[in-house]
Amino acid sequence: MTNWERFLDTFFNGKVLARYWPDIAYGALITIELALLVVVTGIGAGLALALLRSVGIRPVNWAIVFVVDLFRALPPLVIIVLIYFGLPSIDVSPSGFVSTWLALAFVLMAFSEEIFWAGITAVAKGQWEAARSTGLTFGQTLINVVLPQAIRLTIPPLTNRTIAITKGTALGSVVAVTEILGQASSAVSNSYNPSPLMLGAAAYIIMFLPVVVLGRWVETRFAWKR
Amino acid sequence: MIETFLNPAIIAAAWPILLAGLWNTILLSLVVVPLGLAGGTVLALLAGVRHPLVRWPLMAWVDFFRAFPPLVLLIFLYAGLPFAGIELGGFGCVAIAFFLNTGAYYGEILRAGIESVPAGQSEAARSTGLSRLQTELYIVLPQAVRNVLPDLMSNTLEVVKLTSLGSVVAMPELLFQARQAQSLTYNPTPIVLAAIVYFLLLWPLVRLLSRLENRSLATRG
Repeated sequence: MTNWERFLDTFFNGKVLARYWPDIAYGALITIELALLVVVTGIGAGLALALLRSVGIRPVNWAIVFVVDLFRALPPLVIIVLIYFGLPSIDVSPSGFVSTWLALAFVLMAFSEEIFWAGITAVAKGQWEAARSTGLTFGQTLINVVLPQAIRLTIPPLTNRTIAITKGTALGSVVAVTEILGQASSAVSNSYNPSPLMLGAAAYIIMFLPVVVLGRWVETRFAWKR
Repeated sequence: MIETFLNPAIIAAAWPILLAGLWNTILLSLVVVPLGLAGGTVLALLAGVRHPLVRWPLMAWVDFFRAFPPLVLLIFLYAGLPFAGIELGGFGCVAIAFFLNTGAYYGEILRAGIESVPAGQSEAARSTGLSRLQTELYIVLPQAVRNVLPDLMSNTLEVVKLTSLGSVVAMPELLFQARQAQSLTYNPTPIVLAAIVYFLLLWPLVRLLSRLENRSLATRG
């Protein structure tokens, strides 16, 4: 056996790949499910908080700023571990999937609130005043006049942040979520061969590379024009 | 509630363990942040080379490591490479994974910074007799860094948070120590305490960034 053959036999072992690819494919489904849940709930909650903040009730705004700061300062893995290992002490036992989902959604909520809020404050004051003077209510002005302009500004930073946080679904493997990395790791220890890890790596690249390239395009497409 | 999540007796017992972890987290950050910055600077300078044989592989490299979850990279180095006879140890794996991952992010930020410096700056520098490298290092890079400072700081915050991944490969940093203490005491207090330590450590930076980001988006609107 030449070195090259030995390398192939170790890292791209046909038998192991054939045995474990359905596991990795199942893991990919879990990863996609988790990622979509995180993106929808995280951005939704972030937008809701930003809108609530624009109403301008002081104590509410302080609370929002604190929550946002909290989830920007804490490492996502720490939040996952805290939810997964901490809550059972008060008889709430979220699964690894739920823990990961909640933790990443909170983190994305915090980052997207900041971005949406920055976008809302970036819209010129005259826009508010003009809209209000035509007889629109506060809510109508916010939703129909300010938000459409704000969201345009927020798309590039939001896209990048969302991609970075969505990649965090791999952290779920630490709390026994059967997503790609979790499946690949247990396949490696069952087969005593690293080929499943190569398969998992390929799955991540197939899923996330198009998103990163799309993010690059979005960045130039919606770039700020000075 | 307090008895469960912030038990005073357990705080007293776990504190020295966590302090050792905090120290390692700081040390680890002091290693991986400069490493990532160095890698990013090289990538950003290379991005100035317009030749397609440099440009395309470089873009592929950066996008590849931005698409690859850092934990997957870390596990790959830690659990995969030993099969090829390469044992790097937890610290080596963390250092290499961070170099590749955060280097790509720093590189993108610095590239944007370099592109924001007007071409007249490097033309003027070259015409005074500075070499290309001198021009990049002394004229372009300092201005580039100033222009993207908030993004660099924001990425550095992410890198420090990311050091918690070291716990997965048994690096005795803050999260790892907290989990050790938690499994010894059967109580979540050490993890809550670790979270508080992370928050107190990073909150000032978060506050500062939030101000800087609001200001920069407001001037662009």
